[in-house]
Amino acid sequence: MHHLVFEWSWLPQLAQGLTITLEITATCIAIGIVLGLLLAIGRVYGKHIFYWLSSAYVQFFRGTPILVQLFTIYYGLPSWGVRLSPFISGVLALGLNTAAYQAEYFRGAIQAIRAGQMLAARSIGMTLPQAIRYVILPQALRLVIPPWSNELILMLKYSSIVYMVTVMDLMGVAMTITSRNFRYLEVFIVVALMYLALVLIISRLLRMLERKVRIPGLGVERR
Amino acid sequence: MRERGAACPSPSWSKEGELKIEGLITVGRSLPDLLGATLINIELFLALILLGFLVGIIIALLQVYGGGFWSALASAWEWFFRGVPALVLLVLFFYGSSEFGLSLAPFTAAALALGFRSSGYQSQIFRGAIQSIPPGQMMAARSVGLSRLQAIANIILPQALRLAIPAWSNEFSSVIKDTTLAYAVGVNGVLRHARYIMVRHYELAMLAYITVALVFLLLTYGGNWLLGLVERRLALPGFQMKGGRGQEALSR
Amino acid sequence: MNIILKVEDLHKRYGREEVLKGVSFEVQKGETKVIIGPSGTGKSTMLRCINQLTPPDKGRIWLDGVEVTHPKTNINTVRAQIGFVFQDFNLFTHLTALDNVRLGLLKVKKLVKERATEVAVEELRRVGLADKTEAYPAELSGGQQQRVSIARALAMDPKVILFDEPTSALDPELIGEVLTVMIDLAKSGMTMVVVSHEMGFARSVADEIIFMEHGVIVEQGSPQQLFSHPQHPRTGEFLHKITELYGETG
Repeated sequence: MHHLVFEWSWLPQLAQGLTITLEITATCIAIGIVLGLLLAIGRVYGKHIFYWLSSAYVQFFRGTPILVQLFTIYYGLPSWGVRLSPFISGVLALGLNTAAYQAEYFRGAIQAIRAGQMLAARSIGMTLPQAIRYVILPQALRLVIPPWSNELILMLKYSSIVYMVTVMDLMGVAMTITSRNFRYLEVFIVVALMYLALVLIISRLLRMLERKVRIPGLGVERR
Repeated sequence: MRERGAACPSPSWSKEGELKIEGLITVGRSLPDLLGATLINIELFLALILLGFLVGIIIALLQVYGGGFWSALASAWEWFFRGVPALVLLVLFFYGSSEFGLSLAPFTAAALALGFRSSGYQSQIFRGAIQSIPPGQMMAARSVGLSRLQAIANIILPQALRLAIPAWSNEFSSVIKDTTLAYAVGVNGVLRHARYIMVRHYELAMLAYITVALVFLLLTYGGNWLLGLVERRLALPGFQMKGGRGQEALSR
Repeated sequence: MNIILKVEDLHKRYGREEVLKGVSFEVQKGETKVIIGPSGTGKSTMLRCINQLTPPDKGRIWLDGVEVTHPKTNINTVRAQIGFVFQDFNLFTHLTALDNVRLGLLKVKKLVKERATEVAVEELRRVGLADKTEAYPAELSGGQQQRVSIARALAMDPKVILFDEPTSALDPELIGEVLTVMIDLAKSGMTMVVVSHEMGFARSVADEIIFMEHGVIVEQGSPQQLFSHPQHPRTGEFLHKITELYGETG
């Protein structure tokens, strides 16, 4: 094993890639929250068609590999005449995927809320949308933080697959660097450490968030 | 001849229809190859899940029963292999190994990388299962005269492994899908096969990838069903993990 | 004669079991009606039919002249005029006591924040919890939670309040504080329909007691009538058993 060499010149490039990684992660998570919530509400409160559509979506996107979903969008869509940029393809694939998982977490959180909450909300004259918005969701969003935090971190790591459709995220930049200097071990140990550091920081931030919105008595299983 | 829509007699005569039938035939003809490629994914899956299982149990046991040093080391292992993205691990094992003088085949590198990664997740599952066994079990085992090792092997593990089955099936689903990532280091799995079709018949790309997706739907649901059978077979009356794992994160 | 609530021929079936087999009665303004009977005989179901939390299979209901069961009636408007107190309190877990009482005022009655707060504070004071406005439900005792729940119902200025076994989920020493609030309410002229096992309360405060069994009304009358000269043998049996079990309370 020869001497491991690390070059500082890599850092700015890697940092650039890191920004793209964060951008992609943030965007796909945002898509996931919006779509996931809609799907969850469809699965819990929706009648027939909404329930079946949401269920089919969730089953499909959870049952198939995320890389296959990415390739279907990036390579498959053009054969139907739709050509999306690498970045958009990546964000879309990741977003659609995480939405399916987030839908399940939201659904679990909503269903963990006792039926009495909805009854009480309706009994004072609230409409169903009002009850969902003012009584169910505020509680569900708090309950969902632990599994959701996990999902955020998972997406951060899975975002690396977009390099396979030529996006220059952290992984993409690293592959470019190593394709020139072949120092795979050094570069990727640094990359591994960067991801680990990110995971650590984000975990800490999420724990702080959970503490901040905590309400006494909420989140305690009362079955 | 541009199609004239509804005016055309039967679909197989219009240009679009021709393409569709031809496309299905091409994909159909490649089914044996598709099956072969799927088999490679499954092989990789079995190899890595086994590696993850064996290493995972060791790591879990070290964390629960090991002394300060070993426990810390085990925790570091788990933290590393769970925190680093799968792709990074794949690259590290495949390309990085050459700097150690090793020349690993793509399949081997993938099996090691993803196997160790799975060991991180599996160790967490087993650790949870072990820790949910009442301490009285170990106490009883020791008081009968069993050594620590014997107690673990005969009393703790059989119970822990049963308790772990539900969480473990989560890992199973996640891992079978992650075998597709091995494509990045050149493993000849289904994704390679799909690309093969796409490169030769560009217009069939969508069909090819949807087929792959369906294959995995079959694998994941089939696998889960199988695991359900196993769980029922091994179930002992009154034996369940206390405290629901309701909100626990679902693996990819 | 001012009939606030009229229930006519209610029927409700769960699966194969018919839980309500044609229940009819009327409630006048200011009246306190107490409904008693063995568990599982449809009393709670009937209350929930009144505000349509459980829609009846058959039968009609009128609230102050408006037909609740009519398909064209806006059920949310009606519900805002009917107060409902649950056995399990069902306070909104994520809101303080004040917010619990205020929510309906803000979102359903669409009052401005200042006015809503005024009303909410007043109702909390009325149930004796003026100092607990910022407490979360988990920080309150069962009796306090139920009182907040009553304040929440009161704040909507309802035409009638329905109580579904309000003290059944409470520890014995906490029952008194809730009953006190309910007695004050009854005395102040609120129209109330109460499903309860609290015989002392029924005896002292009810204008009329309805005895239900197996989904039908067996007998109804003033407390004196029912307790001293029950017409139906089952009524007498039940009252005797209940008084034995629960003793004289209130």
